[in-house]
Amino acid sequence: MIPINLIFIFGLVLFSIGLIAFFVKRDLITMFMAVELMLNAANLIFIGFAQAFASLEGQIIVFFVITVAAAEAAIGLAIVMLIFRQKKTVKTEDLNLMKG
Amino acid sequence: MANYFWMIPFFPALSVVLFLLFGRLMSKKYVSFQACFSVLLSFVFSLFAFIHLLSLPSSSLPLVKKLFTWILSGNFQANFSLQLDPLSSVMTLVVTGVGFLIHVYSVGYMAEDRSYTRYFTQLNLFTFAMLILVMASNIVLMFVGWEGVGLCSYLLIGFWFEKHSAANAGKKAFIVNRIGDAAFLLGIFLIFSHLGSGEFTVINQALSQHQLALPLATLIAILLFVGATGKSAQIPLYVWLPDAMEGPTPVSALIHAATMVTAGVYMVARLNHLYSFTPSAAQIVAIVGAITAVFAGTIALTQNDIKRVLAYSTISQIGYMFMGCGVGAYAAGMFHLVTHAFFKSLLFLAAGSVMHALSGELNMQKMGGLKKYLPQTYPTFLIGAIAISGIPFFSGFFSKDAILTSAYAQGNYLVWTLGIFGAVLTAFYMFRLIFLTFHGPERMDEEVKKHIHESPPVMTIPLVILAILSIVGGYIGLPAVVGKEANWFFKFLTPVISHHEEVHLSLSTEWLLILASTVVALTGIFIAYVLYLKKPSLPHQMVARFPRAYRLLVNKYYVDEAYNYIFVQPTIKGSELVYQHFDLKVIDGAVNGTATSAGFLGKIISYLHTGLIKDYALAILLGAIILLGYLLL
Repeated sequence: MIPINLIFIFGLVLFSIGLIAFFVKRDLITMFMAVELMLNAANLIFIGFAQAFASLEGQIIVFFVITVAAAEAAIGLAIVMLIFRQKKTVKTEDLNLMKG
Repeated sequence: MANYFWMIPFFPALSVVLFLLFGRLMSKKYVSFQACFSVLLSFVFSLFAFIHLLSLPSSSLPLVKKLFTWILSGNFQANFSLQLDPLSSVMTLVVTGVGFLIHVYSVGYMAEDRSYTRYFTQLNLFTFAMLILVMASNIVLMFVGWEGVGLCSYLLIGFWFEKHSAANAGKKAFIVNRIGDAAFLLGIFLIFSHLGSGEFTVINQALSQHQLALPLATLIAILLFVGATGKSAQIPLYVWLPDAMEGPTPVSALIHAATMVTAGVYMVARLNHLYSFTPSAAQIVAIVGAITAVFAGTIALTQNDIKRVLAYSTISQIGYMFMGCGVGAYAAGMFHLVTHAFFKSLLFLAAGSVMHALSGELNMQKMGGLKKYLPQTYPTFLIGAIAISGIPFFSGFFSKDAILTSAYAQGNYLVWTLGIFGAVLTAFYMFRLIFLTFHGPERMDEEVKKHIHESPPVMTIPLVILAILSIVGGYIGLPAVVGKEANWFFKFLTPVISHHEEVHLSLSTEWLLILASTVVALTGIFIAYVLYLKKPSLPHQMVARFPRAYRLLVNKYYVDEAYNYIFVQPTIKGSELVYQHFDLKVIDGAVNGTATSAGFLGKIISYLHTGLIKDYALAILLGAIILLGYLLL
């Protein structure tokens, strides 16, 4: 039985890495990976608490999150593909069409 | 049947509705039938109502029929209710009787017109509005009829709207009338704010109990009279009536001679208690009427357009009616209204017949010698001219004499003198018209001359009936010299006319006054005879002798020009200025300003949108942190 503290700290570290990567990296693909990392960090913490409190809710939510993440990855990657076809780049600083 | 008097206005109204719904499907014959028949029905009902009225004791007057509550707001109530009393009975008889004859005449006159149905729709609508005006039992409903006839007048003056001058004349009539109506409305508001009701019975009662202060009552009376000067074409708002002659001639006869333009006189007579209560307002009415009578008469002297002479004559005669009302002889004013309706519509219709014969020619200088070509029109026209000139035994004589005698009896010698002078003018310009048109050398164009023809019976029969009425119409109001109770008309109106101490003249004075007015009428005719038949060169010499006076008269005292200079141009220029500076800058500026300022704000806020995903993500993160901090702390 892994103590809840460890799981919590591990999840927090994982989330922070994802967050930092999201802000530091410049291309969309890597940023996507960072987002996945954050989602999974959250999942991990959900699982940990579900185990600690011996309840099912946390586990159920994890399934939802996985589903949403899968859908998001599918659509997101498709969008990134299309952007690449149009712009020949996936660097975020080149993508500022919405500038006011 | 007399209890159904309230149905009188609704026959023409029903006819209008049918025309509007099914007019396109109707044949010309049916249109003529329906238009005339609806007015005839109204006339028959008016006749029954009149006979019923004769047998009623005066204490049961007026008969009021409330159809429905029209406006109810707080303590303000206005009913859609019609009333019958001698005054409205006389008016309904005139409106439907003369109106019917003119409808019949129109069948012949308008036969060739493309917009035949439109013409009769508007004519029926006019009859309806006029009947509402004269039968309304309160001043608010009266105002509905007042505006209704104004609208129909506008529509019918501009009937041939493709003609520029006709469209402009319609507009002029409408705008000038609105000026008067504004004052009229103010008068109504004042009545309402002080009495809380517009019912004529309430107004009369309030006046008899002195519930209205004299200055206030005077103000109301003057404001209402200003409205009347607009509708009845008196100084200073008479300018629209001569131009109104652009409309079809039967319209001029019905609206601009017999009925609508006399609405102002009817209004003053209807509110006679008010005008008796306010002597200074009544004096203004009398003076304005007298001045208008002379003023318009002098303009008529030099006009060459046959209809315009009649138009100025109408203005002048309505001046007489106001003169009568102003000196307290309301019955005499109404009497002149009735006889005038007969002979002036006769004159207009006969003039229409002349125009019909001459392919629409209006200029009297291009007429002459028509006597032998128009064997039916000529005698009727002559009867009308004699009647209006005030030759004894014709209707105009009795009514004009009644007015002048009352003015004299009231000691209003200024008004009387003006009236006598006006009578000379009347006789002169009418017989100038007769001599130029029917006598003397023929001055028509050859082309026109070939087509001269007498009008069809559908037009001449109304002429004959009106001519008969122009003769016998006066005998309903015989002067006092015939006998004390001889004046049936005055006696009939007694229940609705306020009583004031009547000054009785001695018989010899009365005879003298009659003699005076007869002599002046004959003098006028004689002068016209000398100038236009005996020595036709004399008018030209006179023109050469007094070029200034002549130019002044021909140009109608430059009143139109003066109005144009003083009111019309400044209004147009002022509007232009307001348009340039207020509309374009302030109003458009405000509208555009809201759009610009919204755009400007958007522009500022849009700087937050860098278009970079990182910045948005940062904003989300910061937001999350703030939210978290708020929840934790």
